[in-house]
Amino acid sequence: MRDIDHQDRGGLLGPLKNLSFFARQPITEPLGPRPASANYRGFHLNDWDLCIGCSTCQKVCDNAAITMVKVPGLPEDPAKGIRNLRPAIDYGRCCWCALCVDLCPTGSIALSREYVHTCVDSELDSYFILPDARGIHGTPYPKGWAKSTDADLVALERQPMTEQAPADRIENFSEIVAGYDANQALIEASRCVQCGMCHDACPTHMHAPEYIRAIWKGDLEGAVREIYRTNPFAHTCGRVCTHRCETACSVGHRGAPIAIRWLKRYAMDAVDHERVKQIAAEGRADFISGKRVAIVGAGPAGLTAAFDLVRQGHDVTVLEAQAQAGGMVRYGIPDYRMPADRLDRDLDVITSLGVKIRYNTRVGVDLTMERLRAEYDAVVLGVGLWMGRSTRVPGSDQAGVKRAVDLLRAVAAGEAIEVPQSAVIIGGGNVAMDIARTLARLQQQRYGEVRITLTALEDLDHFLADADEIREAREEGVQILEARGPQEILMREGQVAGLRTWGVRSIFDQAGRFAPSYDPADEQIHAGDMVVEAIGQAADVALLGEALTEMLQWHRGRLQVDGQGRTNLEWLWAAGDMVRGPDVVSAVADGHRVADSIHAYLSVQEHAP
Amino acid sequence: MRPENYEAQRQPPSYDYELNIGPNHPGIEGNYAFKLRLNGDRVIAARADAGYLHRGFEKLMEGRLWIQNLAITPRICVPDPVPMEVSYCLAVEDLCGLVVPERAQWLRVLQLELSRIAAHLFIFGGHAATTGMYTPMFWGIADRDLILDLFEEMTGGRVYHIYNIPGGVRRDLPDGFGERVTNTLDYLESRLPDYDNLLFTNQVFVHRARGCGPISQQQALEWGVTGPNLRATGLKFDVRRDDPYLVYDQLEFEIPTEEPGDAWARALVRRREIKESIRIIRQVVARLPTLAGPIRCPIPNPLAWNVPAGSTYTRVESSKGELAWYVVSDGGERPYRTHVRGPSQMHAVQVLEQLAIGCRIEDVAQIMFSLDACPPEVDR
Repeated sequence: MRDIDHQDRGGLLGPLKNLSFFARQPITEPLGPRPASANYRGFHLNDWDLCIGCSTCQKVCDNAAITMVKVPGLPEDPAKGIRNLRPAIDYGRCCWCALCVDLCPTGSIALSREYVHTCVDSELDSYFILPDARGIHGTPYPKGWAKSTDADLVALERQPMTEQAPADRIENFSEIVAGYDANQALIEASRCVQCGMCHDACPTHMHAPEYIRAIWKGDLEGAVREIYRTNPFAHTCGRVCTHRCETACSVGHRGAPIAIRWLKRYAMDAVDHERVKQIAAEGRADFISGKRVAIVGAGPAGLTAAFDLVRQGHDVTVLEAQAQAGGMVRYGIPDYRMPADRLDRDLDVITSLGVKIRYNTRVGVDLTMERLRAEYDAVVLGVGLWMGRSTRVPGSDQAGVKRAVDLLRAVAAGEAIEVPQSAVIIGGGNVAMDIARTLARLQQQRYGEVRITLTALEDLDHFLADADEIREAREEGVQILEARGPQEILMREGQVAGLRTWGVRSIFDQAGRFAPSYDPADEQIHAGDMVVEAIGQAADVALLGEALTEMLQWHRGRLQVDGQGRTNLEWLWAAGDMVRGPDVVSAVADGHRVADSIHAYLSVQEHAP
Repeated sequence: MRPENYEAQRQPPSYDYELNIGPNHPGIEGNYAFKLRLNGDRVIAARADAGYLHRGFEKLMEGRLWIQNLAITPRICVPDPVPMEVSYCLAVEDLCGLVVPERAQWLRVLQLELSRIAAHLFIFGGHAATTGMYTPMFWGIADRDLILDLFEEMTGGRVYHIYNIPGGVRRDLPDGFGERVTNTLDYLESRLPDYDNLLFTNQVFVHRARGCGPISQQQALEWGVTGPNLRATGLKFDVRRDDPYLVYDQLEFEIPTEEPGDAWARALVRRREIKESIRIIRQVVARLPTLAGPIRCPIPNPLAWNVPAGSTYTRVESSKGELAWYVVSDGGERPYRTHVRGPSQMHAVQVLEQLAIGCRIEDVAQIMFSLDACPPEVDR
């Protein structure tokens, strides 16, 4: 190309040179559909099997072009974090920026290479579609702009939690996790996409999206306020909750779920305790209803009910058999997971609202249910599961065979227990891990070495204990044996000498009933001075007395209640582990449920003519 | 014309008359209007009338998350959308202290220069059309489409690429892309003599353009003229060279200038800029294979992203002149205020109102196109 100067006058010959184009072949584009490029941003595709209905696409859509539509027939499971909502796109608004693709937690949504849609006026609704994997017209077009690691905007990595190293923590009972610092909490909270799956999955429906966002905004008091809307056991659940929220977390589908439990722990620890008490007291009734409620058992269920009822103006008395409140949280969960001083803070908040707790008062011994019925308008049973079940194998009635709950209670209460040089634990749940790790610490303190063998019926993939518990127990030197069935307690000179086990063939029979079958050829002897059974617990319902027990309805030894936690007797409710199974947050949910029911009952009575 | 501008002005009896051009007129770029006061076919006063394309983008952006604004920014100037994207991302990166990986910076340059060529092809065709020559316009737009094909492959979109993201870009290049870019550049280069024959050595065009709408360097500086229009007055100023951003300081290219500042000079500057952009892209294509590594740095979850408080002004050289975002953050999830400093605002309003005085009616359209004024960016 020669340069042209401003002074060039041009000529008429130049344009005429282009007459040569008459001699060239014309360029003709074919009429068929033009294939779009591999990353083209055309109409949406959505893999309904992958999509969980979390609505993050709707949240990031800058044109409000996405509406979440309920699709009946699709699976819906709050515990797994699946909703039957699917995004519908209004192409009158969509700008094809593909932020919905880049921020989709599961990667279900993509844009296709299809880009032609026309319609007549009467079909204008055809611009509003509910895309599935077949696209706008049901014709197969390949994916265009899809999830790629380059453009993925979901923060998949979790902030690491600082923990005591195994060699350090085995020496003491201090808490293993150190908790987040302010910066870690902020970054962790910022990962949340606010889908609310956690809220749906939580038994007590904690406002997790709200408190996570409050933490992110630096409003820690606001976070505590959100937490106390649904959970007075905030410190406790911030440490030992089974965190179903994290199982359901939409970010967890491809990455690590938000550390919701640790964020709650952070918010609770960061706010001054006196301020927490003020926040918990907000919204409390400023009148006295004149109704009296007795609650048997100062565990999470009973105290949550007490918390709610006191806030509604009722007079609540809690009767506790032990010297301190907290139930299994205090007497069942070791200090390295749940420090007692944090539980004391939860309890202090509850009692500061006016809940009266009478310690060392065992109903059925110190006073009867009949008396409670006579003196109170409503009674709640929240006695938990304190009776350890036995394997009933030969020798299990020996003095050297212990129940895990009894040992854990004794350790928590500060009683001196006999520490065996070597021990065998039967059971593969969290209680088994708790006692194994507690004994391991005691052994380390007394003998300088850990000799614990844990045997469970299940194989490792089906252990009932949390994966973290299993990992940490192993790190601390606990030997875990899977698929071993206890057969006999071995004795030597009147002392427990160990456990004989057979390999497990199967645990359940054809009908799904619990009926383990063993392989006698696969026999092992596990030496131990003590055998601890941690295979489950039952409620001690002796306090009810014979007459009351007769009047109540039971199913397989468990007290039957309705959806509100009420028994078949008008004045009696039951809540917590004894009716629902062992889990703090379920007990809290149960506490709210019975409190609502009792409040409704008492209020109706009040207004009756 | 909006009613407030439509009212006839009371004038003493004369042969002067008023003429409205636009907002829908083949001699006007986009929806934009002029009210001319004429004596015979001579313009004695001109009044620009903007606002037909006002979409309130700057205000809209205050209500959207930082990341959501990515979809708005390219829409401010349709023919040359990339500088908007890049400049906005540079602003957010500046406020956040994000460090853009080197590969992403080169990819941005590639995209910016492709966009510059596309915009120049678009506008010189338009300029030719205002002098009655439609063939260059058809050719320019057809050849621009080849660049849009490249954009489609590179970014997923033909016109609104939304390819940049604070911290980098959203996609790496597809396989064999460099070769296809080279092929397109080869083709475009082979087309330049055709354009010269048809337009730049065409006596009809040269005579129409020479001396039309001249700006002196003094006026240009006073009126806020930037870009090719400024360089056509003899001032060698280019943001890419004088305030380098991305990796322009590592690239070799000339900055074409012309002295006279008229429509012909402006057309010549653009013509030579196409060549320089081709030269830059060839360097980028040669360099990219040597640059491994990420194409963006990690950013927080866009739904919970506070950009640190502060303000910044990030300018880039668009095909039309200096383009910049002034962005203010109060430390929140959304911009507190955004303002786009677009070159066309000056070119289409104050400059054009001055240049039109004294020219003949048929030259008004030519002056507007020779200034490469972009009404959607004036109105934003």
